[in-house]
Amino acid sequence: MTNHSDDERPASVSRRRFLGATASTAAFPLVGVAAAGQAAAQTMPPPDPQAPVDVKLSINGEMYRVGLDVRTTLLDALRDHIGLTGSKKGCDHGQCGACTVLVDGRRTLACLTLAVAAQGREVTTVEGLARADGPLHPMQQAFVDHDAFQCGYCTPGQIMSAIGCVKEGHAGNDDAIREYMSGNLCRCAAYPNIVAAVRQAKLQMEG
Amino acid sequence: MRPFLYDRATSADLAASALATSADAPLVQGRVDAEYLAGGTTLLDLMKLDVMQPARVTDITVLDARHGTITVTDAGLKLGALVKMSAAADHPEIVARYPVLAQSLTLAASAQLRNMATLGGNVLQRTRCNYFRDTSWSACNKRNPGSGCAALDGVNRQHAVLGASEACIATYPGDFAQALMALDATVDIVGAAGPRTIPFAALHRLPGSTPHVETTLAAGDLITGLSVPPGPWTRRSLYLKIRDRQSYEFALASAAVALDLQGGVVRQARIALGGVATTPWRARDAEAALAGKPINEATAADAARIAFAGSKPREHNAYKVALGQRTVVRALLQAATLED
Ligand SMILES: Cc1cc2nc3c(=O)[nH]c(=O)nc-3n(C[C@H](O)[C@H](O)[C@H](O)COP(=O)(O)OP(=O)(O)OC[C@H]3O[C@@H](n4cnc5c(N)ncnc54)[C@H](O)[C@@H]3O)c2cc1C
Ligand code: SF4
Ligand code: FES
Ligand code: FES
Repeated sequence: MTNHSDDERPASVSRRRFLGATASTAAFPLVGVAAAGQAAAQTMPPPDPQAPVDVKLSINGEMYRVGLDVRTTLLDALRDHIGLTGSKKGCDHGQCGACTVLVDGRRTLACLTLAVAAQGREVTTVEGLARADGPLHPMQQAFVDHDAFQCGYCTPGQIMSAIGCVKEGHAGNDDAIREYMSGNLCRCAAYPNIVAAVRQAKLQMEG
Repeated sequence: MRPFLYDRATSADLAASALATSADAPLVQGRVDAEYLAGGTTLLDLMKLDVMQPARVTDITVLDARHGTITVTDAGLKLGALVKMSAAADHPEIVARYPVLAQSLTLAASAQLRNMATLGGNVLQRTRCNYFRDTSWSACNKRNPGSGCAALDGVNRQHAVLGASEACIATYPGDFAQALMALDATVDIVGAAGPRTIPFAALHRLPGSTPHVETTLAAGDLITGLSVPPGPWTRRSLYLKIRDRQSYEFALASAAVALDLQGGVVRQARIALGGVATTPWRARDAEAALAGKPINEATAADAARIAFAGSKPREHNAYKVALGQRTVVRALLQAATLED
C-alpha cells in the first residue's frame, strides 16, 4: 500500500529511539534522570508510542517474530497476526474465559495479556495440544466423548482451562471442578458434560 | 486503547524514580501519567475501556525474582508484591496458619485471573461501579473530577453504605484487602525518596471530595511487599463472601473475621468488611463491643449492628445493611466454632 523503502526507514529509526528512551529511563539513577531528560529533550524528539515493536513469541514450541503496535494483546497477536484462531474472543475484558491459553504451563487470559509482555514465555494454544496426524489430547477426546459443547465457541478456552485445572490439582471432585472452572462461561450451558469430560480426562492425564 | 510507551523495570528503586520523574516530564500529547503493569487484569481492562489512559506503562513482572516470594516464619508472613494470587491462595502454610488470607484469594475472580494477578495489583484494583467503567456517562467524579456522580440517584445496587461521600459512593471491590485489614498487615513501598513501610490501613483513602485520589501512594511509588504479623487470632480466622452467584463474582457483602478466644471468651476480635464500603473497612467499634464476651447469636448481632451503625443507604442498596449484618453474624459464629 505504501512504498516500502520509504516506509521501512522511519519505522526502524523510531523503534530504535523507543528502545533507547526506555533503556535510559530504566538505567539512570535518580540524580541523573532530570539532567538526562533535559538533554534528551533538546536533542531528540519525544519517543513515538505508535511505532511498531519487534515482538518475539514462543507459541506451541515455535518462535514467531512480528512487528506489532504495542497495544496488541496476546489474543489479537495470535488470531490476527499469527493466524492461530483457535483461541476465541468472547468479552475481551477477562470475564468469559474464551481466550484461555497456557503461559509457562499456567492458564492465562490472552485478552488481558500484552503480546510484548508475553515475550520470553512459552505460550500453548489449543492448536498446540495434538499433532495434525496424531491422537487428540485426552482433554480434547473427553470433550468429544461427553459431547461437552453445543456451538463450540467457548470450547478451546474450556479445554485449555480444564488442562490447567487438572495440572493445578483442582479437579479432585465435581464441586472442585465446577469452582475452579467457573472462569469459563458457556452460553450453551454445556456445564454438566464439561464437568464429566474433565473428570474423565483427569484420570487419563494422571494415569 | 490509547498509545503508550512500554518498558520493563529493571529494579524497584530505579522503576520508582523513573516513574516519579516521568510524572514531571510530559511524554505524549501532554499526558503525564504512568502506570505499572503487573498482572494487567485491572489495568488493561480499564485501558481498553478508556477509563485509564497512561502515557507510559512500566512492566514490573520482571521484578518477581526479588519481589515474588512467600516467607512464613514465627515472626509472621512476608508476601512479595509480585506473588500471584493463586500462589498465595494455594500455599499450604497460608491455608493452615492464615486461613482468612487464603480464603479471600480463593473466593476472588477466576482461576485464570488468579494465575495472572499479583498481590500488589490486587490491593490497588479499581471499583466496579458501572458508571466509572462506562465512559459514555459523563458524570463520574472518580474518572472525571468535578463532573458529578451518576450513581447517587442512579442504579446503585452495588454501591457502598459505609464511607461514602456526596462525591462518590463506589464500593472498594476487592476481597484480599479485607483480610489484610483484619490482620493488621503493613505495606512495603519503594518511592523516589527510598523505601518506607506503612500500615495497610493507611493505604486507601476515603473518597471525601476527591474520589479520584484512591490511595496515599505518590507518583512512582512501587509496592514491593506486604507483611502480616503473627498472632493468636490468625488460625481462627475466615472470610465469608456473599454474592449474586456462587462463584466468580464480586462481593455484595463480605466479612474477614479473626478471633482470639480464651475459655470461650473473646480476648480480641478482628472484623473487616467488604462489598459494603468505599475502602477496605475495619469495624473497630464492633470489635471492642465483643471484648470479654462469649460469641453467641446475641453478642454477634450486637457487634453487627454496631458495625453498620453509621451506614447511609441509598435507593437500591439499602438491603446491604441487613445483608452485611447477617454476614458479620454468620462469620463470627463460624469462626467461634473453628478448631484451635
Ligand atoms: C472478571 C473479573 C473478576 C474479578 N473478580 C474479583 C473478585 O471477585 N475479587 C477480587 O478481589 N478481585 C476480582 N477481580 C480483580 C482482580 O483481582 C484484580 O484485577 C487483580 O488482582 C489486579 O492485579 P494485577 O496484578 O492484575 O494488577 P494490574 O492490573 O497490573 O495493576 C492494577 C493497578 O495497580 C498498579 N500496580 C500494580 N502492581 C503495583 C505495585 N507493585 N506497586 C504499585 N502499583 C502497582 C498498576 O499500575 C495499576 O494501576 C476481578 C477481575 C476481573 C477482570
Ligand atoms: S460512585 Fe464514584 S465511581 Fe461511581 S459514578 Fe459516582 S463518582 Fe463515579
Ligand atoms: S475474551 Fe478473554 S476472558 Fe473473555
Ligand atoms: S458450547 Fe456454546 S458457548 Fe459453550
